[in-house]
Amino acid sequence: MWKSAHQKIARGRNLIGFVLGVIAGLVLFTQTASATVFSPETFMLDNGMQVVVVSNPRVPVVTHMVWYKVGAADEGPGESGVAHFLEHLMFKGTPSYPNGEFSKILARNGGQENAFTSYDYTGYFQTVARDRLELVMGMEADRMTNLVLSSEDIDTERLVVLEERRSRTDNNPSALLREQVNAALFLNHPYRRPIIGWEHEIQQLDQDAIIGFYRRWYAPNNAILIVAGDISAAELQPLAEQYYGTIPVAATPARARPTEPPHRAERYVTYRDARVRQPSWQQVYLAPSYVTGDTSQAYPLEILADVLGGGATSRLYRSLVIEQKLAISAGAYYDPGNLGPGRFSVYASPQPGVEFATLIAAVEAEVSKVIDQGISEDELSRSVRSMMASAIYARDSLSTAPRVLGAALTSGQTIEDVESWPDRIAQVALADVQKAAGFVFNKNNSVSAKLLSSELPNE
Amino acid sequence: MNRLFAFILTAMLISNATPAKAVEVQEIVSPTGIKALLVEDHANPIIAFRIAFRGGSALDPDGVEGLANMVSGLIDEGAGDMDSQAFQGQLEDLSIRLSFSSGMDTFRGTLTTLSQNKAEAFQMLRLALTEPRFDDEPVERIRSQILANLRQKSQDPDSIAGEALFRKLFTGHAYAKASDGTTESVSAITAGAMRDFVSRRFARNNLYIGVTGDITASELKQVLDDIFGGLPEQSGAWALPQADASLDGTVYVTDLAVPQSAVIFAQQGLDRAHPDFYAAYVLNYVLGGGGLTSRLYNEVREKRGLAYSAYSYLSPYDHAALIVGGAGTANERVPETISVIRDQWRLAASNGLSTTELENAKTYLTGSYPLRFSSNGAIANMLLGIQMEDLGSTYFERRNSYIEQVTLADVNRVARQLLNPDSLTFVVVGQPAGLDDSQ
Repeated sequence: MWKSAHQKIARGRNLIGFVLGVIAGLVLFTQTASATVFSPETFMLDNGMQVVVVSNPRVPVVTHMVWYKVGAADEGPGESGVAHFLEHLMFKGTPSYPNGEFSKILARNGGQENAFTSYDYTGYFQTVARDRLELVMGMEADRMTNLVLSSEDIDTERLVVLEERRSRTDNNPSALLREQVNAALFLNHPYRRPIIGWEHEIQQLDQDAIIGFYRRWYAPNNAILIVAGDISAAELQPLAEQYYGTIPVAATPARARPTEPPHRAERYVTYRDARVRQPSWQQVYLAPSYVTGDTSQAYPLEILADVLGGGATSRLYRSLVIEQKLAISAGAYYDPGNLGPGRFSVYASPQPGVEFATLIAAVEAEVSKVIDQGISEDELSRSVRSMMASAIYARDSLSTAPRVLGAALTSGQTIEDVESWPDRIAQVALADVQKAAGFVFNKNNSVSAKLLSSELPNE
Repeated sequence: MNRLFAFILTAMLISNATPAKAVEVQEIVSPTGIKALLVEDHANPIIAFRIAFRGGSALDPDGVEGLANMVSGLIDEGAGDMDSQAFQGQLEDLSIRLSFSSGMDTFRGTLTTLSQNKAEAFQMLRLALTEPRFDDEPVERIRSQILANLRQKSQDPDSIAGEALFRKLFTGHAYAKASDGTTESVSAITAGAMRDFVSRRFARNNLYIGVTGDITASELKQVLDDIFGGLPEQSGAWALPQADASLDGTVYVTDLAVPQSAVIFAQQGLDRAHPDFYAAYVLNYVLGGGGLTSRLYNEVREKRGLAYSAYSYLSPYDHAALIVGGAGTANERVPETISVIRDQWRLAASNGLSTTELENAKTYLTGSYPLRFSSNGAIANMLLGIQMEDLGSTYFERRNSYIEQVTLADVNRVARQLLNPDSLTFVVVGQPAGLDDSQ
């Protein structure tokens, strides 16, 4: 419904938005009624590079991805944006494929490509006809260690990155608020910085910083190869050994990141912008992820987010939007996929004339209810059933499996974790959900954020 | 009646043999004469329907702009005996994915279901199309959401630019309408107008259906009648004249306080059925269509760092045809961006493409075609498209030969005749330096 016939989505090589927005969505994909989700095969190369294969023989096509276990949260102080800037520059060239030849050769061979940067990973992918797989393996392996950058490349690409930042963030009041919320929510963890970087630091990133980051983190022992499509592990193994297995191991540092101290105070963030025409409110709580904090809460929290605010029949939507008519929209969101701490959010956008105090009180009433009384057996089984179904849908598209597996494996999870996701969701008990609600809704761990118009009266 | 067409994807690949994979397109005709194209795929227990009715938001009556869009938001909010919560609850319980959308020329529906819930899924699609309720609660709720969206879009540079372009190009024609409506028009839409829309616009004669997944031809035949048999034979009549786009090279500027201007542009395009369409398609690939390799991408982004994205695409509509492009660029660099784009247009118009560019374009366009067959939904959507464009059910087999047949003489003739740098008309939304409105 929110579509305009006139709009065209601009394309680009860097899918930060995908990664920012969809981690929880990806997680929700990974479920099934059967024992497994994607049934991948995996093996290790001698140099420590993990290889994962998902066979899908629908058409003679493969998606080839290399994921590096490094992202924006691994950047040093003062270098925000370097992971993403490097991702752009990876398309510039090597001695074997100079001047952007990689993309030109790929296109001549009917291939499509892109790359993305998140807090916890950086990934590069190509989709090609099965008989062009070796070609892309050769080129991708080459740029793992042979990237050459001129200062001119860097200076021109810096302008592109700054335009990307304007396009994604500065032109968008909600995105500007998101930056402020993250900076307030995370007191110490690098998730407090934007993936694309602060503008003044993007301006200052130089060749030493960028190449230093590349040398430190890009190595086979810090990378994962994922190939999905018309191929088996037995077919891929000799190719993986030939192209990637010969790259020397490097002394990649451990991913030692600053961690959060105890949070002691609820924080309030208000952002006013003349471009805002529909105010909104959200409360973002620090939460465990699958691998950080009290991880036993992660699966119950996924159920909680779904029941409380996952769609048109969820509690928040029903209560605030349909019954009380206080809100245009309302819901909840949980993102357990991070290597570091996760976030649990509730949000609502007021109907014209509704005061924030009224809106927030209505959300808090639903939150209190779920803390005090939990959810019903019926809600639990409906939520579990819908999650199981989406795992089957996830098997349909060629690109879903490698994306879900890549994100999981670079963020501290194992294939076993992904494949047993449905079992773990199915094991969540009613009491677990109520306990998770009591655990996560601690205001001292949260930021309450308002997006307001600087021109219109809001309260 | 079913004719079977084997579509061997490997035949289209650039070279080399790989194990043959067949995508068989079947023409299905139900006992009462409803047609569909089907690709069976039983690998996963999933069925995808993509349907469309010809006739979209351009037909919204004056003063009721946004009608098609509002209907698309409401026919899954209660139908038959089920009110909104019952309907949405059943969709959720059975993990049925059902949604509708409207475009300028079409009204579309998508249904994706697990095989185990197909009976209910088909029933819900039938109810949405034939017995939508338009109860007060969902009508007012969806209206308030659309109004909120309109308010927010009024400050979004890309949305403003898109609407402004069509308003300027098609003044006096239905294509100039705001497809999601205005605050006034959306506020005025009644349940009666929406019921009237449903009864006049959803009919068998303007319906197109593409289906892919875990369903057999014989079952689909029956199902087509179950779902769509209750629709009227004929839609209400309408007439839209051909739209004559006003393309005089103007640069229109809309002031908006944002750091980056949205820049979009257009010139005359070619109808989908035009004999030169494929030559123009290849030409545009080289000019602004190729992901990371086009001339615009190279000149605007790679060499000068003027924008994060720079692109163009052929945009044929039912009653007009455009080439549309865009870039997002810092306010102070807008004049330079516009001049680089015009220069590229001029260069291509006068010099055409090189032999190498043409060959590279052909190997990309033919070699990447199989990549589109990536999911049930994607294939069903393509089946829908080839019917709406009247390309014939064997189109998947023939498509690459149309690309292969484009010669350098063709593409350069089309470049000369079609590309017109002086008619390239721009809309800029932002605070561009050194540009006054209508420069």
